[in-house]
Amino acid sequence: MMRAAGLLALLALLTAAPSTQAADAADPAAEAKAFREFFVKKFPQVKLDDFVNGPYSMNEDMRRQWEEKEEFPPYQFALDAGKEMFSQPFKNGKTYADCFDNRGIGVRQTYPMFDATAGKVVTLELALNNCREANGEAPLSYVKDEMASLTAYMAFTSRGKAMDIKLPDDPRARAAFETGKQYFYTRRGQLNFSCASCHVQSPGERIRAEVLAPALGILNAMPIYRSEWSGMGTTSRRFTTCNSQIRGVPLEPQAEEYRDLEYYLSYVSNGLPVSGPGARP
Amino acid sequence: MSASTRLSMRTLLAVTLLTAGALPTRADSEADFKAAFVAAEKAEKEAGALRNQWTTTEAALAAAKKAASAGDFDAAVASAKEAEALARASMFQATSEKERWKDLEIR
Repeated sequence: MMRAAGLLALLALLTAAPSTQAADAADPAAEAKAFREFFVKKFPQVKLDDFVNGPYSMNEDMRRQWEEKEEFPPYQFALDAGKEMFSQPFKNGKTYADCFDNRGIGVRQTYPMFDATAGKVVTLELALNNCREANGEAPLSYVKDEMASLTAYMAFTSRGKAMDIKLPDDPRARAAFETGKQYFYTRRGQLNFSCASCHVQSPGERIRAEVLAPALGILNAMPIYRSEWSGMGTTSRRFTTCNSQIRGVPLEPQAEEYRDLEYYLSYVSNGLPVSGPGARP
Repeated sequence: MSASTRLSMRTLLAVTLLTAGALPTRADSEADFKAAFVAAEKAEKEAGALRNQWTTTEAALAAAKKAASAGDFDAAVASAKEAEALARASMFQATSEKERWKDLEIR
C-alpha cells in the first residue's frame, strides 16, 4: 500500500511539469505552424530542413559520425531487398506498384492519408499489407525486416520531397488528428512519460547514451536502421518500443491510436523533406 | 489412564485446536492468493479497457502465478497485491491524463 501511495505521489509530481504553450491554435494548419515555430525558436541554429535528421541536427559530434557512416549506409541491404520485393510479382501476377499512385514511386510523402471510404487513417505500412491481402497474399509483420525493407525502398524513391499530408474537410479526419495529438501528449507507462516528454521537452538532451530527437520531422527518416537493434525498424516498431521503454504495454502494431499518432506527427511536419531510410545509433 | 495424564492430553488437544485456528493453513493461503489474484486481474483488465496497462503490472501478475505454482502463497499474495496497486495507479494515470495532457500542448 505504501508503494502504491508513493507511486501516486510521484505521478502527481511529474504531471505538474511546466507547460510549453506558445500561442493559441485555431485549426490544424495553425497548430502545425505553432509546432514548427516552437522548434525553430528553441533551436535557432538548426536549419528547418535539418530537423528531419533527428539527433544529428542536435549534436555536432554525432553528426560527423553519421556523415562518415552514410558513405556505406547500414540500411543499404534493406534498400536492395526492398527494391527486389517491390518488383516481384504476387502469385496472381500483380505487384505492389499496382496498388499505388504513380506505381508507388515517389509517393512516401503522402502517407499517412485519410481514407474517406474506410473512414480511417491509412499508413504506408497498412497500405502495403492491404495491397498484399487484396492480391491474395498473407500480410507481413509490421515490426520485422520485410516491411522495413519495402518502406525503405519507397522512402528512398521519395527522398527530398516535402511531406504533403492532407487533412480533408471531414470530421472523421479531424477526429483522427485530435486523437493522434492527444496520444502524443498523454503520459503513460510506469515512468509517466509522454512522447512529448522526450521529443518536445527534451530534444538534444541525453537519455542514457542517446541524444533525443526533436518531434518536428521525426518520422521523415522512417524506416531507420538502428545500431541498438542491429537491424531495420518500421514506424510500428519505433512506437511499440517507445511504449515498452517507459514501461507501458504497447498496443498492437497499427492500432488506431498509433495510426492517428503517425497522422498527427506527419501533418505537423508538412513541408519538411523525406529523408528515409535513416540510420540512428 | 491417570487423571493427570487425561488432563495433559486435554490441554494438548486444546492447544492443537487453538493453534490450528490461529495459523493459516495451506488452503487458507491459497484462497487468499486466489482472491488477491482475481482482484489484480480485474484491475488490470480495467486498465486495459483504458488502453493503459503497465509492463510492471504484467510482471507482478506473472510473478504471483509463478510463486503460487511453487506453493509459496505468501509471495504469491504479495505479488498479486503489488500487481493490483500498479494496475490501479495506471488507471489513475489514464483518468487524470484525459485532461492533463493539454498542459503540455504546443499552441
